[in-house]
Amino acid sequence: MFDSLVLADLPPEAEALRGTVKALVQETLATLTLEQRARSWAGFDATFSRAMAAAGLIGLTLPREYGGQGRGPFARFVVVEELLTVGAPVAAHWIADRQSAPLLLRYGSETQRRYYLPRICRGEIYFCIGMSEPGAGSDLASVRTRAVATESGWRLSGQKVWTTYAHRDDFMIALVRTSEQSSDRREGLSQFIVDLRAPGVNVRPIEDLAGDRHFSEVYFDDVVLPAEALVGAEGQGWEQCIAELAFERSGPERIYSSSVLLDAWIAHLRGVGRRDEATRALVGQLASQLAVLREMSIGCTALLERGMSPVVEASIVKDLGTAFEQSIPALIADDLGAHPGEPVAPELVRTLHYLSQLSPAFSLRGGTREILRGIIARGMGLR
Amino acid sequence: MGLDELLHPFDRLLSAVVTPAVVRAVDAGDSPQGLWSELVASGYLDLLVPESAGGAGVSLADAYPLLALLGRYVVPLPVGETMIARALLAEACLPAPGGPLLLLAPRQTDSGWWQAGVPMGSLARHALVDDGERLRLVELDSVSLESAGLHASQSANVRWNTIPTASAELARPASGLGAAAALLRAVSISGAAGRILDFSLDYARERVQFGKPIGRQQAIQQQLALLAEQVLMARFAASMGCRAGIDQGVLAIAVAKQVTSAAVPAIAAIAHAVHGALGITAEFDLQLYTRRLHEWRVANGSETYWARMVGEARLASDVATSTDFVRRRITVPVGSLPPGEMEVP
Ligand SMILES: Cc1cc2nc3c(=O)[nH]c(=O)nc-3n(C[C@H](O)[C@H](O)[C@H](O)COP(=O)(O)OP(=O)(O)OC[C@H]3O[C@@H](n4cnc5c(N)ncnc54)[C@H](O)[C@@H]3O)c2cc1C
Repeated sequence: MFDSLVLADLPPEAEALRGTVKALVQETLATLTLEQRARSWAGFDATFSRAMAAAGLIGLTLPREYGGQGRGPFARFVVVEELLTVGAPVAAHWIADRQSAPLLLRYGSETQRRYYLPRICRGEIYFCIGMSEPGAGSDLASVRTRAVATESGWRLSGQKVWTTYAHRDDFMIALVRTSEQSSDRREGLSQFIVDLRAPGVNVRPIEDLAGDRHFSEVYFDDVVLPAEALVGAEGQGWEQCIAELAFERSGPERIYSSSVLLDAWIAHLRGVGRRDEATRALVGQLASQLAVLREMSIGCTALLERGMSPVVEASIVKDLGTAFEQSIPALIADDLGAHPGEPVAPELVRTLHYLSQLSPAFSLRGGTREILRGIIARGMGLR
Repeated sequence: MGLDELLHPFDRLLSAVVTPAVVRAVDAGDSPQGLWSELVASGYLDLLVPESAGGAGVSLADAYPLLALLGRYVVPLPVGETMIARALLAEACLPAPGGPLLLLAPRQTDSGWWQAGVPMGSLARHALVDDGERLRLVELDSVSLESAGLHASQSANVRWNTIPTASAELARPASGLGAAAALLRAVSISGAAGRILDFSLDYARERVQFGKPIGRQQAIQQQLALLAEQVLMARFAASMGCRAGIDQGVLAIAVAKQVTSAAVPAIAAIAHAVHGALGITAEFDLQLYTRRLHEWRVANGSETYWARMVGEARLASDVATSTDFVRRRITVPVGSLPPGEMEVP
């Protein structure tokens, strides 16, 4: 079962990027608190994203003719790993780099590629994911936002929700209904590039339980879309969306969301000199899991490198990875609470509580745990 | 010879000679001599022996898929141990004694040397014994070997009241034999776990309740997905340990045994839950696997034993991030890091 997912080594050309990223993030990290770093891929900083672009670190896997670096998934793995491990504020360019650009490269028209991809690579334009709606979460095919053909293009109405950084991004790639002819709900869906500053688009940020505003609800009120806003073919939106989700799910994002906390806690343990057996065991358990999950993620990257789309394998790594990320604040909370005599930096305490509260999101965003397990079960022929 | 040319014949051999009936017989105390003779004749016991000494010269790193088959077929003899011991002896230009060999790293106390719960220990005639500095080739006898008394298990306790006499001495690999044996356990757990997943999937497709196969129930599907995740994680962990080998220090092996041992309770529990009452019968083969899984989880150090070692190294390391720690000390094969990135273990 899953025999193609095996150990792989990162090639030296990819490893060589590590130093570049480490040097680049240093200055930005110095300006951030531990809690800000714990936001990681929810931290929005356009200045940082443009610095990334200037260093050639956005659009790594895109062809050079579109402004990319023409490199492979291994290179992207190294860069992403370095950024997430230290909690660099990558949100501005994150979605465009991870999934919108690869989607446009595969399904977009030549005009779309020539327009959007170089701008994405220069860190000038930012994208968001317009999939979820109030009535369409896990059951994505039930989206009700509609685009109706007009003489010159399309007219869009409806609502998206949970759209990460719609209130700060430039464009959304939205999955919407263009036909209701078929009884199969996966037919009659299409993807469009929506300019978030177009008349009729109304974006309202939603505050999360930690007081942050990273996602939004987005209303479309008879928004006029030009014909060339359609991505790929009309009616092919579902398949394209599945491909987009495969880009989203197969990266190494799903291991490192609690890294900043893990390492701050280890620094704390070193600081207070606590090395008893139970502490060593807990640190060692987490380090061991990290070592293996990271290796599994590299294994998935190797499948991407071979041109495969490891949907099931990526679901396995994502489910294991998010469970690991979620276990970190849970275990550290118990550990610190069990040592009330130890002086703990207030920043570490705040970071811990922030992640305890937000960590349920890790196994929701990008497809819930239950949905992933369903994909794995299907991959094993049970469904 | 290519690895595939070694792998498939080994798979065929084991599936022919290590049938569930044979495993049950050895578990029950019958002589394993017939099975052992087949393994000797196959030449595979010299898999890891250098080509210059007449072996196949396969590295531990490449041997993972072959060694995992020992777990997949629950070969009831210490074959992995014998393979490593024969390689170490051959590298020291020493002849290997006939019969199965063990890899032991006994506790040394004032009242003697001892090691409890050695898997398949009752079936071995010799052992390489790690005294912390050197390896000693020692003959085992009924005084030093005592059955651990587990049901249907040849697990043994080893004890010497005086320091055992060695017929030869040789150099100790950097990780020591405690870690080498732990690595073999990790690999066996991963191999057996893969078979358990196959059994569970087959059964979920066949067993009908409420008018449909139980594998159509979402609750069962979600459990089997979890099982597959743990099985894959165990496979990665064990192959990482093999990649590092026994000459490079112990951390990758510690990770391998930590993660594979930690996976055992969930793997056994899910497999048994899916199989219902049938799974806990002596007659059904699942128990041949899950009984061993529980034994191997504990043998040569459980998950917490090895976690402490990894944790100690992490807490002693000045590296700022756990990612860099893992990369430099566990993931990247030692020796392939660029100069300057190397951290002395
Ligand atoms: C931080 C964050 C950022 C996000 N960013 C974006 C974004 O940028 N763009 C975007 O489009 N969406 C985004 N989302 C939305 C996300 O994709 C959805 O939350 C997710 O798909 C689940 O949908 P839901 O929240 O409506 O939950 P529901 O689908 O209502 O699920 C609720 C519960 O029911 C379970 N469930 C549902 N169906 C089944 C089933 N068939 N079998 C078993 N269990 C089931 C789920 O697993 C879950 O446990 C984001 C979410 C979060 C938390």
